[in-house]
Amino acid sequence: MTDISVPALARVEGEGGLEILVRDGQVTEARLDIYEPPRFFEALLRGRRYTEPPDITARICGICPVAYQMSACQAIEDACGVTPPEPVQMLRRLLYCGEWIESHALHIYLLHAPDFLGYESGIHLARDHPDIVHRGLRIKKAGNLLMEAVGGRSVHPVNVRVGGFYRAPDPADLTALIAPLEQARQDAEATVSWVASFDFPDFDRDYEFMSLRHPAEYPITQGRIVSTGGLDITPAEYDDHFTESQVPHSTALHSTLDGRIYLTGPMARYSLNSGRLPGYIQEAARSAGLGPTCTNPFRSIIVRAVELLFACDEAVRLIRSYQPPSPPAIDVQPRGETGYGCTEAPRGLLYHRYTITEDGAVADAKIVPPTSQNQKVIEADLKDFAAPRLNLSHERLTWECEQAVRNYDPCISCATHFLDVRLTPIQGGE
Amino acid sequence: MADENAGRPPRPTLAVWKFSSCDGCQLTLLNCEDELLSIAGAIQIASFPEASRQVMPGPYDVSLVEGSITTPADAERIREVRAASRYLVTIGACATAGGVQALRNFSEDLAPVVYARPEYIDSLRTSTPIAEHVPVDFELHGCPIDRRQLLEVIGALLAGRRPKIGNHSVCMECKRAGRVCVMVAHGTPCKGPVTQAGCGALCPSVGRGCYGCFGPAPGWTFLPFGTAEPARTVLTLVEPARAKPAQARPAQTDPAPREASQE
Repeated sequence: MTDISVPALARVEGEGGLEILVRDGQVTEARLDIYEPPRFFEALLRGRRYTEPPDITARICGICPVAYQMSACQAIEDACGVTPPEPVQMLRRLLYCGEWIESHALHIYLLHAPDFLGYESGIHLARDHPDIVHRGLRIKKAGNLLMEAVGGRSVHPVNVRVGGFYRAPDPADLTALIAPLEQARQDAEATVSWVASFDFPDFDRDYEFMSLRHPAEYPITQGRIVSTGGLDITPAEYDDHFTESQVPHSTALHSTLDGRIYLTGPMARYSLNSGRLPGYIQEAARSAGLGPTCTNPFRSIIVRAVELLFACDEAVRLIRSYQPPSPPAIDVQPRGETGYGCTEAPRGLLYHRYTITEDGAVADAKIVPPTSQNQKVIEADLKDFAAPRLNLSHERLTWECEQAVRNYDPCISCATHFLDVRLTPIQGGE
Repeated sequence: MADENAGRPPRPTLAVWKFSSCDGCQLTLLNCEDELLSIAGAIQIASFPEASRQVMPGPYDVSLVEGSITTPADAERIREVRAASRYLVTIGACATAGGVQALRNFSEDLAPVVYARPEYIDSLRTSTPIAEHVPVDFELHGCPIDRRQLLEVIGALLAGRRPKIGNHSVCMECKRAGRVCVMVAHGTPCKGPVTQAGCGALCPSVGRGCYGCFGPAPGWTFLPFGTAEPARTVLTLVEPARAKPAQARPAQTDPAPREASQE
């Protein structure tokens, strides 16, 4: 058996590869190579106005710009000592639901489901199952319509600012979205049943899950940072527990929690917060074969479908109770402080920290996206996943390893502020 | 499955390439939810790694290129992409102008700020547009590109005509949409007068000044004093459609067209 090497991983956001080193029939190392060119965002932010990070950091990721805008606003508002009122918070949550819907529908239908069904892409899947792919695209479109209505556009929204929004959407424009979102909710229910019918390998893992937790809500925009290992901290305490380090094969920094490997993302959110989901969605999850936690990364597609259903439901609820914030944004004046922001991007916890000067310049910025936090878990899982499968054909094993990586919906553009699989056998005696 | 195209002329092939970028402009293609499957019927999507494992060998009829050149390896790769492509269309601000990461061009070496071991990082000092490296057939502006403009370019290439993409300023779009000028009415600084149109004047629609994400309209430059304008080669097979003055002004006899009078 030779090493497996996937120099350029497909159906992930960004550029990366996968390499599995095999020596004497044993997997010795699995590496997620991230060669996405670094863009140095933290450095570019230095000296910019405190009002600019939401628009600049959105450009880290075209798939989850709202997550960047929301974590950035929260951190800057924290530094400036203000908290926007409830109507602004609710509108932010509504915009974020749009991003969850768009991103999860994209991953489930176009990036991940084709693996389970043996297709090269969602477009290939559509040739045999057009109705299914149309359903996915319909859900995705509903998410984009919501982002356009609240944010102005779906990729890099323009309506978000520190303190709130430039303009509060007209209630009639949001009410018009209830019909497509109700359709999306029905489509999401069908999605949960559809993905639950896939075949999943037995691959339960012993993860330490980490996510936000909120007393009442399924976490999106706010909460304390908790883990199944007993962590329970505020965003301001993040740097006391999480450490980033650099490895030669990646332009993304690797992250650990008190020295331990941990997982963030939909499985972690669900496992730590499934009790916060509305009753009928918990019931849908149970019908799909999920318990209160999920430890098999291949089944993350079911969790994503459950979260998709939740996001559609939540969006309709928020629209029905929508009160336009007036004014749409509060005044935010700079002060010489450091602020912290944590929100749940579709792929997991996104941490921002900014130090602002008295006169409103960004003195220091730190951004920790979900994919860089998950790199170590992805590598550990790949190693254990590949080990008992070395008898498979090289082609088959390569595809399955790619699928194992896509379980985490890695966003490499984010991680380097992508992915490519190389399975390389090292011959015995080398 | 049976080839549904047997007996028909071969479909044009499309490849999508990523350089240094956020993936948002490629996503814009996947965001054409109503048109995506029709496009995939009319065009052979030969290589689109973000969406498909399948990679068909070139050459390709059309390459859509996202992202800027920031590494020595990418400076080489773009030459291979050019050599394999009949038409090369850049999509988005990174590919046409260097993108937000081109802020590095005006500052000291940034790798040590972000990375503890900058020697592991193989990155160029500058972020540069594709046209500084290879000839480009058409440039689509925007951060991100506009979905309708992307569909127009793909449709035009399929039909063998020039894309109808005007290169007037955002002000023209804003006036046509009947919006109140945020600069005149509220004193809000707005880059609309000097920014390439295409977004639909989104920022003024939410009461915000344009922040220039489609880049400078022709004839304007944001390069700082003392910075030489880079030599650009944007030409060859498909020329960008020039905005014709006669189009913007409905009739020559009209003494004061509304759009022009408010410019």
